[in-house]
Amino acid sequence: MKLEILSNVILKEDHYLLELSAPQDFKEALPGQFVHCRIEDSCDPLLRRPLSLHDVDFSAKQGLGIVRVLYKAVGRGTQLLASRKPSMSLDVLGPLGKGFDLKTLDTKKKIFIVAGGIGVAPLFFLAKQLAARSSGRPVAGKVVVLVGAKTKEQVLCEKEFKKLGCDVHISTDDGSKGFKGRVTDLLKELLPSTLPAGRQALTICACGPKPMLAVVADLAKKNNCQAQVSLEEFMGCGLGACLGCVIRTTSGYQRICHDGPVFDAGEILWRG
Amino acid sequence: MTARSLTQGRSYGEGEHPVKPRLEVNIGGLELKNPVMVASGTFGYGDEFADYVDINKLGAVVTKTITKSRRQGTRPPRVYETAAGMLNAIGLQNNGLQDFIDNKIGKYKNLKTKLIVSVGGETNEEYADIVSALSAYKEVSAFELNISCPNIEYKDKIIACDEGLTLRLVKEVRRATRLPLIVKLSPNVTDIAQIAQAAQEGGADAVSLVNTLLGMAIDVKSRKSVLGNITGGLSGPAIKPVALRMVWQVHNRINLPIIGMGGIMNARDAVEFMIAGASAVAVGTANFVEPKTSLEVLEGISDYLCEHRFKTASELVGSLNVS
Repeated sequence: MKLEILSNVILKEDHYLLELSAPQDFKEALPGQFVHCRIEDSCDPLLRRPLSLHDVDFSAKQGLGIVRVLYKAVGRGTQLLASRKPSMSLDVLGPLGKGFDLKTLDTKKKIFIVAGGIGVAPLFFLAKQLAARSSGRPVAGKVVVLVGAKTKEQVLCEKEFKKLGCDVHISTDDGSKGFKGRVTDLLKELLPSTLPAGRQALTICACGPKPMLAVVADLAKKNNCQAQVSLEEFMGCGLGACLGCVIRTTSGYQRICHDGPVFDAGEILWRG
Repeated sequence: MTARSLTQGRSYGEGEHPVKPRLEVNIGGLELKNPVMVASGTFGYGDEFADYVDINKLGAVVTKTITKSRRQGTRPPRVYETAAGMLNAIGLQNNGLQDFIDNKIGKYKNLKTKLIVSVGGETNEEYADIVSALSAYKEVSAFELNISCPNIEYKDKIIACDEGLTLRLVKEVRRATRLPLIVKLSPNVTDIAQIAQAAQEGGADAVSLVNTLLGMAIDVKSRKSVLGNITGGLSGPAIKPVALRMVWQVHNRINLPIIGMGGIMNARDAVEFMIAGASAVAVGTANFVEPKTSLEVLEGISDYLCEHRFKTASELVGSLNVS
């Protein structure tokens, strides 16, 4: 379907926020799901680009929704996308894939949201849904967000998470803001002190580069808590047909586009 | 260029619309209501695309390749985009013959088009066994023998890269079924028409071409291949001129019907394949770009035949003007 581009602006170096008009198909969209975007009508770039939903907002006007996509212009496809102007349209398939399992994310539990780089994109949508589900009760102390970036210039969504009432911690690789080091090191530091007696009372939701997610999975296992991770991969069809975007799991190769992108961290064979 | 634009500038009023062309084609005994199918491996088992395409409108659906035992496939990464094309190395991941019989074949009960099952194997016997077992199911209309997957090897060789292996395999599988046998050829050969002749001699009813071109790409930062399998198969518009040339060469050398494929993105591409000698066409990689491509191609072929006053799709086949 062709969605109208409402805005497409640069936020911070190479990071863009795209707003699309959303039909009703997106009303039930879940955090972790993605849209498969055809950026050019020509043959080059050929394939669609999967971009996760950063926000789906049907609160504005009657019936008219907005889909937000936060992306980093890293390759030809996303760079071309960055040049698209409002009132142009974008051909998307979606929402696709399996999102975060919200049923198990009860805000009575403590939830750690861990973002690495552009991996923050789907996690804002997740935090927003968690806040909405807590029906007015503050999520402070319940939803803890860790935002990791290379430098302070690349820290995204800090204000937005705070606005939702989440506890926000920042890490940067160069120490220019917040904790100096990797976001997983920050997670390691925060985890033990905040763990209540019953360790199952905590869930981690993470998105970021694969090596980071592997560390998150490892920490979750060591601390005996559940973790949901959202993975990224080049995709062919995006519909589960081509088997191009697989990840090795305890039950064989699973399709990131269709069986994921969100998986239980314990199922993934990270060294596979 | 879109399918629609083929007929731009020519529109017919209600009364002067030419007779609707007949789209039916016969592929070695397999009657298809139209010449457009989907290429194996790009359309799963059909149901994955059900939200986007009414698969009953297609001439045929070709399944992802079935092997006798379950295959886990190659190590990821498995796909990578190249200039106007894509590389893939999936390695025929599938759950095997028994799973297909138990869990997939029933889904085709109400299919209103032809089902062609793509068959792969590591030995001739495996191909014959699958074909023999599936011939008993009325849902199955024909078989496509995938002897040209570049990502698995059969005794260190791709069958379709060797005349003798092709002849022996087709002969042996021929004995296992009365249903039409389509042999899928590899472009990774010096003379594809020679392999096509071997398939014909072995008793094939049709040939389909081309499978992917063997290729690779390297990430210069890590000096690693972009694919877990190191090499993969190149598909998409980048390979279309090569595929088209091969269809033309095979058309000139054998008498069997040809299913043409390789980078078909729109109706114009499909019409080129038919002019070169393909009786039917298959849409592959374009399904990933736009899931509805196959139906757009079908509509565009019909429009083309109308505009150029062809009464049947078959008249177009091999009509290349060489004067």
